[in-house]
Amino acid sequence: MDYTPHTDEQVAQMLETIGVHAFEELLQTIPDELKGRSLDLPAGLSESEVLSLCESIALPNRSLREVVSFLGFGAYHHVIPTVAEALASRGEWLTPYTPYQAEASQGTLQMIYEFQTMVCELMQMDLANASLYDGASSLSEAAVLALRTSHRPRLLIAETVHPSSRQVVATYLSGFPCVIQEIPHTNGVTDLEALAAALKDDVAAVLMQQPNVFGVLEPTEQASQLAHRVGALFIASVSPISLGLLKPPGAYGTDIAVAEGRCLGSPVAYGGPGLGLFATTHALIRKVPGRLVGCTVDESGRRGFTLTLQTREQHIRREKATSNICTNEGWLALRATIFLSLLGPQGLKELAFLNLQNAHELFERLREFPFIQPAFDQPFFNEFTIRCLNGSRIEELNRKLLNAGIMGGLPLRPWYPTLADASVWCVTEMVSREHMDHLIEVLKTV
Amino acid sequence: MLIPEELQYTKTHEWAKQAGEEILVGITAHAQEELRDVVYVELPSVGKVIKQGESTAVVESVKAAFDIYAPVSGTVTRTNTALTKSPQLVNHDCYGQGWFFALKPSQPGELNSLFTAEEYAKLLQQSV
Amino acid sequence: MTEKTIELLIFERSVPGRRGYQLPPVDGLKRSVEELIPDEHLRHEPPRLPEVSELDVVRHFTRLSQLNFAVDTHFYPLGSCTMKYNPKLNDRIASWSRFALVHPLQPESTVQGTLRLLWELEQLLCQLTGMAAFTLQPAAGAQGELTGLKIVRAYHRMKRRTRSTILIPDSAHGTNPASAALSGFRVVELKSGPDGLVDLAELKAKLSDEVAALMLTNPNTLGLFEQDILTITRLCHEHGALVYLDGANMNALLGIVRPADFGIDLLQLNLHKTFSTPHGGGGPGAGPVGVAKPLVDFLPTPRVRKVGKRFRWDDRVKHSIGRVHGFYGNVGVLVRAYVYIRTLGREGCERAGRFAILNANYLKEKLSGTFPVPFDRHCLHEFVASLQPLKAFGVTAWDVAKRLLDYGFYAPTVYFPSVVDEAFMIEPTETESKETLDAFAEALGRIAEEARTNPELMKHAPNRLAVNRVDEVRAAREPDLRWTPSNQLVSA
Repeated sequence: MDYTPHTDEQVAQMLETIGVHAFEELLQTIPDELKGRSLDLPAGLSESEVLSLCESIALPNRSLREVVSFLGFGAYHHVIPTVAEALASRGEWLTPYTPYQAEASQGTLQMIYEFQTMVCELMQMDLANASLYDGASSLSEAAVLALRTSHRPRLLIAETVHPSSRQVVATYLSGFPCVIQEIPHTNGVTDLEALAAALKDDVAAVLMQQPNVFGVLEPTEQASQLAHRVGALFIASVSPISLGLLKPPGAYGTDIAVAEGRCLGSPVAYGGPGLGLFATTHALIRKVPGRLVGCTVDESGRRGFTLTLQTREQHIRREKATSNICTNEGWLALRATIFLSLLGPQGLKELAFLNLQNAHELFERLREFPFIQPAFDQPFFNEFTIRCLNGSRIEELNRKLLNAGIMGGLPLRPWYPTLADASVWCVTEMVSREHMDHLIEVLKTV
Repeated sequence: MLIPEELQYTKTHEWAKQAGEEILVGITAHAQEELRDVVYVELPSVGKVIKQGESTAVVESVKAAFDIYAPVSGTVTRTNTALTKSPQLVNHDCYGQGWFFALKPSQPGELNSLFTAEEYAKLLQQSV
Repeated sequence: MTEKTIELLIFERSVPGRRGYQLPPVDGLKRSVEELIPDEHLRHEPPRLPEVSELDVVRHFTRLSQLNFAVDTHFYPLGSCTMKYNPKLNDRIASWSRFALVHPLQPESTVQGTLRLLWELEQLLCQLTGMAAFTLQPAAGAQGELTGLKIVRAYHRMKRRTRSTILIPDSAHGTNPASAALSGFRVVELKSGPDGLVDLAELKAKLSDEVAALMLTNPNTLGLFEQDILTITRLCHEHGALVYLDGANMNALLGIVRPADFGIDLLQLNLHKTFSTPHGGGGPGAGPVGVAKPLVDFLPTPRVRKVGKRFRWDDRVKHSIGRVHGFYGNVGVLVRAYVYIRTLGREGCERAGRFAILNANYLKEKLSGTFPVPFDRHCLHEFVASLQPLKAFGVTAWDVAKRLLDYGFYAPTVYFPSVVDEAFMIEPTETESKETLDAFAEALGRIAEEARTNPELMKHAPNRLAVNRVDEVRAAREPDLRWTPSNQLVSA
């Protein structure tokens, strides 16, 4: 099945208008030796056949509706309000493209202006862009900005920043003459002494995550002061929902704040699409990557919105652009805007509170087991790290949990060898008392 | 089309004016007309050492950005910071208040290699 | 709507104390926040988010949506964007819990369905393009270009060659040079020949052992197939340079030609263009990168492998450039593209390319009386007309674009590529009917007449939409990028 509407009669008329006898004449500019190859693809299918096929493909998957999950580690399962889903599915939101023709795109443009405002409020920063691909690439773009503006060759990144984010940063920076130095942690937080020792005036920026990969709260205030003392930028990768309760990056001297914003109204979806949030200070306005929507007026003096400061972007500045980004994550930005509108400041605070309470309740109940011990003695938000003692392997424990329909915390062995017996557990508002009771019951049999 | 007699010109539409020890630099009426509304000017830092023909500043309209090339070699002594708040000065008074930067020339002969008003006028006619 | 604004901002509807969403209460022993989090980490001022009801939210975002032109509502002939119909079937399947509600770090045994889909998608894209393998990680075309260029860099380094430049035609999309610069390369521009194609003499002159790759779009941004493509790729390979294809225009080649067959070493596809996934008002997209055999070991990690009947992630990619995405790419978009390709199948893919080309040539012919195309030959899936004749009346391509909005059509891409004066880049796509194309041509004919007889009207278009022409100069000179309580227009 395909979506072309032409009848044979119309095709004949069109060919006649063009002035050719057969369609093949239109392909004359293509060398003959390249044509005539038949595709080895399966035959097309009707809608019901496609639905059947996809049902059978999806069958072996276990969704978060069927299994209790304590997984976080950069991807978080949160509520998705029905209204967000319903509104976003409208064709007028889903099927336009970049709002280059402002007058025909006031819906998208006003929505992005509202989105930019909400991101600024959440992060307490001066300005935010219309989104980047995901948290990891946003962090990378921030690092690129720091390198390009400072002309300094070194970047310091905390080891407690998510390993995949660090990998993406390294990949993005591979074309630049720079050195990325990792700062180690002690007892789950970044070692400030090590950071201070590494901070010379050849450092462009310090990159940190709050809460960090272990779920622990970092000394971001002190770190940002240390960075500024040598004229380096402080870049923080933060958790949007935690900002309902936790101090926003703008309040601790952050120059560029980034985040993975998918948790604001979009499904986990196996990790993508994401929603890269990027916010910064007035000083860096002309260096910002990505699109910016500005408020203006039309010829009658009515308020209107338009893409602005476009001379930073690739379609005008080409190789001198602040980034190469074109398509970003507009549809997820819409969902985030709707999500934050529905919750409001009070709702966001409550949501964060729910997460905090649930996570701490589970933490307390887990540490009652003799073979489970907290890995760190540090404050946390909705993720925490525990160690499995008595020689029981954490992977073995998770296997037993999975048999009982539970996905346990993520083992740290692959990335943090000194924490090979530890795993990171996330508890959001989606975990109920019954879920926790079930987990505890299963652990008793282990 | 205004092309003041007393100035020198480049083929990339900058003008240069000897003012005491300094050379003042800006863009011509033709350039600002092509650009249309100037929205932003990126000026060099004072003290920057530049070579003749090197990109020294950037002038932006809504839809385009253009390099401004140094007409002569030297060191930047002053920049027109008024343009930060009022970029439209480039459109309204490109030979006066819309100046971009001043420099102390390092190669005395270079100014003579630039076009006179008459030569620049001819250049504009040819390109039409 | 007031004279001051068409629609209030959501913040302007805010009434303190309103809520649009209820959460379940905390179940169990509540500890105070202060007990759990030290004061230095606590937020003391709430974010100034709007306080509105659910109905407020529904009305606001419904009404805003109605201010947009979209593929679902209007003909949207943006050149090089391939604004074809976005099948709802794709969205329906992608929203199933078993696709949408799976965590990226779940044990592999619980996501065999997704892994199978990703693996099969890779095979299908290989079939369509002839490339040996794909990475599905890049989140958009530009990120695909970046990924490809990093592979180019890694490839040359492995051969101990320092190749520092990328050749890019002057007609290329802006992301090409921007991606090259971001990858640490210097850009050398290739001037197009008088026929709008790559000039072989220019290419020969600029090929050296400094050149890492040629970045090409084929068909190019004028909708013209590079007839000398086999010579072009051969010349590059003789100089040890790779050839990268910007696959944005793949819709013209679907089922007709395979890039691998004309010597392409690597390319990116835009799933939100050729493969019908919805554009979303600016994303999400997906830009998978396909490579020839010698480059497979450089792909981003991890890759999906099929072992017997099972699928697993494999992070052993010998010379991998690393990761470009926090997880595996825009999986939600990948699911949609998979559904589309399976729906179309072999015949559907072949028809898509053919009808895209038919529609473009038909429309070009219908417009030939009004706005001629500088390059007098058949185009492929898009063409670039020049609106230069209207300059005599003081009317620009921008004015025509704005007037088209009044006629109920989204405007084509304007002023790109810059090699054509007053460029109007038109790509109808295969999902548009003859009637739509006829109506569009007729509207442009009327507009051309208006330009002659009433240029003033054109300069103030659009005047039938919610806003008139917006002041972009003011937006750039006085950037206002966020609402604040003090720039409140109207309070609720």
